[in-house]
Amino acid sequence: MKSFTLLNPKTLEHATRALAAAPSSSARVLAGGQDLLTEMKEHLVEPEQLVNLKGIPGLDRIEFTAAGACTIGALVTIGALEEHAGVRERLRLLAEAAASVGSPQIRTVGTVGGNLCQRPRCWYYRSEHAKCLKKGGDECFSFSGMNKYNAILAGGPSYIVHPSDLAPALVALGASATLVSAAGERTVPLEEFFTLPSAGDVKHENVLRQGEVLTKVLVPAPEAGLSSTYLKFRERGSYDFALASVALCLWRDGARIRKARVALGGVAPVPWRSFPTEKALEGAAFEPSTFEKAAAAAVTGAEPLGQNDYKIPLTKGLVVRALQSLA
Amino acid sequence: MSQDPIPEADLSRRLFLRSAGSVAAGGVLAQGLLGACAAERAEARSASAAPSVAEGPEELAGEIEIELELNGAKQKLKVEPRTTLLAALRERCAPPLTGAKDVCDRGNCGACTVHVDGKPAYACLLLAVDLRGKKIKTIEGIGAPENLSALQAAFCEHDASMCGFCTPGFVMSITACLEQHPGADRATIQRACSGNVCRCGTYPHVFAAALATAQQAKKG
Repeated sequence: MKSFTLLNPKTLEHATRALAAAPSSSARVLAGGQDLLTEMKEHLVEPEQLVNLKGIPGLDRIEFTAAGACTIGALVTIGALEEHAGVRERLRLLAEAAASVGSPQIRTVGTVGGNLCQRPRCWYYRSEHAKCLKKGGDECFSFSGMNKYNAILAGGPSYIVHPSDLAPALVALGASATLVSAAGERTVPLEEFFTLPSAGDVKHENVLRQGEVLTKVLVPAPEAGLSSTYLKFRERGSYDFALASVALCLWRDGARIRKARVALGGVAPVPWRSFPTEKALEGAAFEPSTFEKAAAAAVTGAEPLGQNDYKIPLTKGLVVRALQSLA
Repeated sequence: MSQDPIPEADLSRRLFLRSAGSVAAGGVLAQGLLGACAAERAEARSASAAPSVAEGPEELAGEIEIELELNGAKQKLKVEPRTTLLAALRERCAPPLTGAKDVCDRGNCGACTVHVDGKPAYACLLLAVDLRGKKIKTIEGIGAPENLSALQAAFCEHDASMCGFCTPGFVMSITACLEQHPGADRATIQRACSGNVCRCGTYPHVFAAALATAQQAKKG
């Protein structure tokens, strides 16, 4: 790892001011560091300064309002989110998603903010020797290369998949993120926080600007009657990123589905809100034939790359199983 | 210019280990590794010696002295901002604490697992300077050859080590798990070990040792 200076601000204002003063891309925000340090060790990024958020009080809290809305600070660890009684009780899929992240060691240190802002796992991106599209090159090597783990939906010109487990769960819950810079504060729905490579900026996965810090996530109070689950499929039994995952929020009136919100992980460059799945579910009977229709809808428009065709039946199977688990 | 922060003897040992590892992996040429080590030393030398003291946020650069609480005792050591806890334990402590192993150095294998405030963490993915004020426990703080912890004794009894390189990491992960869930079942133990890799495949014996310890705890 190259040398850097470490700044330990005690206030958010000091942090954003330091980030604003730093020359473009020479400073990075440090939270848990579980992704950033691996990137630095691989020489993918070599910042001259790290601005450490961990000394700033108040960013590590989970708070519910009386109405049931939840604020999750960016420095809340994945482990704290997983174990939080209120989250487990009221936002089950989010607790399940947190429990599925990395290993116990990573959940001890890794943060919610870091999980949402982590960089892709594509092996071309992660190799310091491959100058791929994400790193200023002019080709996404996965398109014609080894694409077993890459996107089947909404890919191009980059075919990464977004690696976060929390992101699909939070998108399904309709959450938004607060972004703070020296210039001010803005709140962005998470669905708009994540950006497709086709939207123009292929080097970034989200709308964070240089010098901007994600400080918290806001989950609105779910409508009454929510049942939810996060189902993730990994290549191995121990810890791993999702080959595909389903975040499912469902509201039922008796045997009929009143409302559904579905987001897929591991299959697209962003946590993929699946409107066709929601449409197939809403108003339909909660029964196996509906599950099959919803599964088929989930892979509408899928364009596999040759080695990731398996993600189509896998995703369909996960949608069916997620629905069955809420029976 | 400050004293070379990486001693010669240490470099050659690390170089040997890395070369041996990469030959086994059929990977990088030793010449490349020599170059990489030399570059690392040059970088270490060029870092400015004194921490800058400024108003407002603390700014750390170059080599600085910090105090860490290791296995219940306070220890002063010299590190840089980029020094990981793993490097600090193995290369900056006196005497060196080499129980946490430097294997993948990327948070993949679990051989460097330590406890930070009682919870398992990868020492290779923590900055030492970030751990001031935290309670750090390494395998050296768990037991000693003449005074093994119940889990360590069970590891011996159940033949849970083959090459033994991953063993300290497993012991740390399972110890943290059993502190939180004294009577843990097999599923809980397996989940606690999901961030540790044993290339020899000794998992069944590791789980047997952990389960025996948990059952012992249940009986009281």
